[in-house]
Amino acid sequence: MRTAATPNKGDLERETAFARAVLDAEAGVPAALTGRAGQSAARRFAVYRNNVYAGLIDALASRFPATAKLVGDAFFRAMARDYVAASPPRSAVLLHYGADFADFVSSFPPAAAVPYLADVARLEWAWHRAYHAADATPLSQEALAALGANAEAVTFALHPSLGLVRSSYPLVTIWELALRDGEDEPARLPADREDALVLRPALQVAVRRLPPGGAAFVQALSRGNTLSAAAAAALEDDADFDLATNLAGLMRSGAIVAAHEPV
Amino acid sequence: MADAATFGTSPIPPRGGVGLKPEHYRDILDGAPDIGWFEIHAENYMSAGGPPHAYLTAIRERYPLSLHGVGLSIGGAGPLDAGHLARLRALADRYEPALFSEHLAWSSHDTVYLNDLLPLPYTEDTLARVCDHVSEVQDAMGRQMLLENPSTYVAYAETTMGEADFLREVVRRTGCGLLLDVNNVFVQAVNHGFGADTYLDAFPMEHVGEIHLGGHAEDADEDGSLLLIDDHGREVSNLVWTLYERALSRIGPVPTLIEWDNDVPAWPVLFAEAQRADRVLAARSRNRVAAAPERVAAS
Repeated sequence: MRTAATPNKGDLERETAFARAVLDAEAGVPAALTGRAGQSAARRFAVYRNNVYAGLIDALASRFPATAKLVGDAFFRAMARDYVAASPPRSAVLLHYGADFADFVSSFPPAAAVPYLADVARLEWAWHRAYHAADATPLSQEALAALGANAEAVTFALHPSLGLVRSSYPLVTIWELALRDGEDEPARLPADREDALVLRPALQVAVRRLPPGGAAFVQALSRGNTLSAAAAAALEDDADFDLATNLAGLMRSGAIVAAHEPV
Repeated sequence: MADAATFGTSPIPPRGGVGLKPEHYRDILDGAPDIGWFEIHAENYMSAGGPPHAYLTAIRERYPLSLHGVGLSIGGAGPLDAGHLARLRALADRYEPALFSEHLAWSSHDTVYLNDLLPLPYTEDTLARVCDHVSEVQDAMGRQMLLENPSTYVAYAETTMGEADFLREVVRRTGCGLLLDVNNVFVQAVNHGFGADTYLDAFPMEHVGEIHLGGHAEDADEDGSLLLIDDHGREVSNLVWTLYERALSRIGPVPTLIEWDNDVPAWPVLFAEAQRADRVLAARSRNRVAAAPERVAAS
């Protein structure tokens, strides 16, 4: 059995100083470092600082393209830089980075003039999450139709890629317009608010607008409620909720992977 | 040469390969290019499912694969992340790569991941810790790893050993192999003012199981002198190709990867770089046959 490596105090302190100086430009260059032939290392240390920030900001820009489009590249990169400084990655798996970016956006004062920006970021994170989520085969229409007389007491297992974003704005339309090429046409936004359902039943991520009460319905199902309990919750959320429309929509989009009948 | 290339079900041939990019999945599957192998950054596939795994599975069925980690922080002062090691092992079990490599660098500190390959001083203390970490990795992975020489921009006043000597000692103590990044040697030589040839002459070539070639950008140091940035954002420079031929003259043909991670070009451009490596490797094989026919007869 090998003995574990013992961290050396001096090495830990040196690393702490380096890490702090990389993230905080005010911190100055660690004294232990030199440039060529003993010269100052300031310019060279800035290469690391730039690598760390540029790499993480690029990762966010590719994960949140509509968010960036809505505020412009310069604004987005400045906002992302503040986010990186406040919430650097906690995992070497960079795929997980940005989970709370939308929360940061919602509390970033300069972005307050674009009130739907955080919702767009939420939708884009749901898209990213769906893209990398576990794979699963959606339940077939036949399997659903074969459910017995107890259909109202059935519970569903929803697809692992499923994401739900509720919004007070026409979110899906805003997102679609932001990603559309060419910015010359004026955006005509619908007056109604839109909740988004994000799913990747196979290799393509799809974003859909949910009908009235749909978000409450999916939310209730995802918490393990029976079909009838979820329908009741959805009706309470929106009197226009229609069970047949919503259930058919979920089936069509591949949201359901298993149905459990009560025993 | 280290015997690392014999691991896995599809050994990596001494040919040109490229770093696999999502932009090229369809080009590769539809065009079936005659290329020796692919390498992936392990962390990009540490997800539950989705298109990256679907495409990688299809590509792995057709080509040998090398697994290259960028997040283990082997040169770090703290302990290795056991969870990350387990994720690496799971990926290796799933895709059966013929080679596994990581860097002589650190990237995590405390609970923060800095997403860059950061430099460490070369001392008896850091040597002991890097050796412990490399052994821990090899135990967890159940195989030999290759350790890659870094590109750096700063030096540590406390450094007491040369990088080539440091790497030679890691190999001696742990039995790991080496990944020789020729572009990193070139970048280091310019940035720290030593001869790239001198570095190569001191490098323990007999343990090199893989070579990396990548592009670098030119910047200026404080005093206006040339500072090279290892950005993997363009084609390999001609000076690095020349240095590569010098390295091959000492070790013979070795699997050679083209790294192009930023401003990723269209597939034909990247493929052409791998074909250039193939031509250099083929010429080296012919020279070797002409110079030492008894080695061919023995193989």
